[in-house]
Formats: sequence, structure tokens, C-alpha cells
Amino acid sequence: MTTIAVVDYGAGNLVSIEQALAAAGARTVRLRAARPVEADGLVVPGVGSAGSAIARLARRGLDATIRSWVDDGRPYLGICLGLQLLFESSEEEDVRLLGMLPGRVVRLASAPRLPHIGWNQVALRERHALFDGIEDGTDFYFVHSYAVATGGGVLGMTEYGVSFASAVAVGSVAGVQFHPERSGRDGLRLLANFVGIAARASGRSAARPVEEVA
Amino acid sequence: MTLRVRVIPCLDVAAGRVVKGTRFVDLVDEGDPPTLAERYAREGADEIVYLDIAATPAGRGTFLDVVERTARRVFIPLTVGGGVRSVPEMRAVLRAGADKVSLNTVAVRQPALVRRCARAFGSQAVVVAIDARRRASATGWEVVVRGGREPTGLDAVAWAAAAAELGAGELLVTSMDRDGTRSGFETDLLRAVSDVVPVPVIASGGAATPTDFIAAARDGGATGLLAASVFHRGLLAIDDVKDALAAAGIPVRASGRAA
Repeated sequence: MTTIAVVDYGAGNLVSIEQALAAAGARTVRLRAARPVEADGLVVPGVGSAGSAIARLARRGLDATIRSWVDDGRPYLGICLGLQLLFESSEEEDVRLLGMLPGRVVRLASAPRLPHIGWNQVALRERHALFDGIEDGTDFYFVHSYAVATGGGVLGMTEYGVSFASAVAVGSVAGVQFHPERSGRDGLRLLANFVGIAARASGRSAARPVEEVA
Repeated sequence: MTLRVRVIPCLDVAAGRVVKGTRFVDLVDEGDPPTLAERYAREGADEIVYLDIAATPAGRGTFLDVVERTARRVFIPLTVGGGVRSVPEMRAVLRAGADKVSLNTVAVRQPALVRRCARAFGSQAVVVAIDARRRASATGWEVVVRGGREPTGLDAVAWAAAAAELGAGELLVTSMDRDGTRSGFETDLLRAVSDVVPVPVIASGGAATPTDFIAAARDGGATGLLAASVFHRGLLAIDDVKDALAAAGIPVRASGRAA
């Protein structure tokens, strides 16, 4: 069975991402401290502020774990803050991030109301295995006030007062600004796609077909 | 592309069961909160809210178990209200699988708790629920707490602004005058609140017809529309509401039927 490590740095709800990954056919393990990761894929979830997230990661040595995982070219999926952490810096508390992707996370200043909470559409710019079986313009659930405007590797864009990158992939690194674990059937499909990507990268058989889980 | 207006069924839970009976005769156990939540998710609900209406320390374990069983099978956002009076209590609810916690009476009594919870878990996880009643002798609305039993003297619109300032990421605004009356949401109250806060406002109290939902969004400025009995009693389906909203030009996510 494909194993996905979920990085736990002490912020909020891990149950829903773990349950959604289980429904998508993966076994999950929690990664709480810096140690060798025995998994096929790494998921970094997260809500809240970038500054406190980066501090919590650093305190546990998990920032180095993420870096070496990504440097090794292994499958990574960042969700919400887990995507933002990959960029160079954030306007939120003006904090330095992991700097593995070029770009700055900025506040959605021209949005009608913040946080951006609710279902919004992802316009696909490029096809990627992460979005297999997912139509262009599908609704996903968002909860955030900050995002990256654009940049390299953008798979999907979303509009809320301003256009921002809602899905990104560069090499083995992928991230989504929305919450697939809270986006119903299409969210589970995206997670199953990631589990499939992780399985193939490890030379394992593919995950359970999503029809069985949704 | 645009942000959708959300349709949100609310389930009152006590002793691990949905109270206020439902009429889904085809459900094996219509009193089981996760069963009902799953049904609503399948039918196109955009989020689910649970209120622990008993909120007794003795019943807390049972309630958290309901939250966890729901998180295992319902993959849309879950907000939980009732029984949280501290940061550790909020952590327990989030750990059980809730995405947001709504604070009502405790937020009025200890406004600093709103800030502490927002710092600990982010504003997006903190909903402040405001029960408001129209003042008899003056203009405006007064905040009432303890399930409508205790007037506070606070102006509801001013408290809404303060709650957003303290770090609430959303406000759940219930008209106590309309709640349970099926006479429509109180759009004047919703408009007054949504005009002064920068965060999303969820309308609650009084929903009866699809037209009421349209009014709360269009005239009240609410971006979340919550109802309980009209859904539980089968008077309206989520689809009926979403079809009407869409026909009125209000953006909604494709409902269960269309998907």
C-alpha cells in the first residue's frame, strides 16, 4: 500500500487530511520530528499564519526534512500554507519562507472580504497528473487571506478580487492553495491522483481507483 | 470565476443524536449526525455546522466522538459550536476533525478568548456566533446570550465589528426574532453587520422559502446561508435553494443533482 507521510507541526486539524488520504487509498503516517521519512509521498497541510508555521517547523527540525525531501526529487504536496511555505517570503509578518520556489506570498488586498472562505473555481492552465479526471473550472474549498500572484509552474488560477495561483507544480513538487480534503468528491480525486503519483515514483502499483472512494 | 455563496445545513446535537427530528424515512438512522451530514454533503451542502446544544462536560466525549466519526466520512468543511470555553477545548474539537469552532456566549464574556484562539489556530478557524434581538424601545439590535435567555445590553453591530477586530474569521449572525418562525432571514440586521465588517457573514434564523435565501445574500450581503428545520423536515432540498439562487444570478456551486 502506498504510504503518505503527513507533516504534523502542531497546527489544527490533521484528521480530515488523514481520512481523505485513507479514502483515496493511502496509508498515512504522521511526521512530528526530523527523522528519515519512510513514505512514498509527503503532504504538508496547514492553516493559520506563515510566520508561526515556519517557526514551528524550524523548532522541530522539519524544515530541513522538507528541504531534503524536495531536493531528492520526491513527491511533495503542499496544501494551503503547505504550498505557501515553499516560496521565498510572505508579506504576512514579513517572514522568510523555505525559498524552494521563486515568488512572494502576498495579501489578497483587493478582495471583497477576507479571509477568502468558500468554494471557488480553478481555471486550469496546464494539464498535470494531479488534475487527472478533474474538469477545468471545478470548484474547490478555499480558506486563506494570502497567496502567490503567479509565477513558474502554475497549473491553475483562481480569481477573488485578484487572480492568484491556486495550483502549482515544479518537478516533483506540487501545491494547492485550496483544501482538497474539504472539497468533496473532486478533492478526493485530486488526493488519489497524488497518491498515484507517489506510488509510481516508488515503483508501486497505483492507488485504488477513485470511483471506489468518492 | 467567482466565489460561491454557501448553503449550510445546521444540525443540533445532544447526547450524540440529532435533535429536532428529521423526516428522512429512507435513512437507516436519521438521528445519527454523521449519517445526516453525509446525506447533505451528497446533496450539495457547501459546509455543515454542528451545535452541541447540551454542551455538558459529561456529554463532551460523546460529542467529540460524533465530530470524529463525521470527519471520517464527510469531506466538506465542518464547523462546531457549543461547549468551547478555552484554547485547549478548541484544540480538542479541531483535533477531532472540525475545521472551525464557533464561539458565542463565551466570546461576549471573554472577548480576549477570540484573540487567543485566532492566534493559536488562525482566524479562519474562529467563527463568532452572534444572537441578536431587535430592541423594542430603540433602533438597532441587542446581543443576547445563553441561547437567547440573557440580554447583554451590547449593540449587535458594534459587537460584530469588535469580534472581527479581535480575530474572528467569520460571523454567524442569528436573528432571535426570526429564529424558528419561518418568516425569512432578517436582512436589515445582516446588511447592517456585513456593511461594517471585512469578514464573511453567515445568515441564520427564519429561513422558509428559496426567496428568503436570495434576500439574505442579495439584500443582506451574507455569503453563507444557514438553515436547520427547513432542510431537516424536507420542506426544502439543498437543490431547491441553489436552483433559486442561481436563477437570481447569485453564484452557487453545482448541487448534488447537477453533479
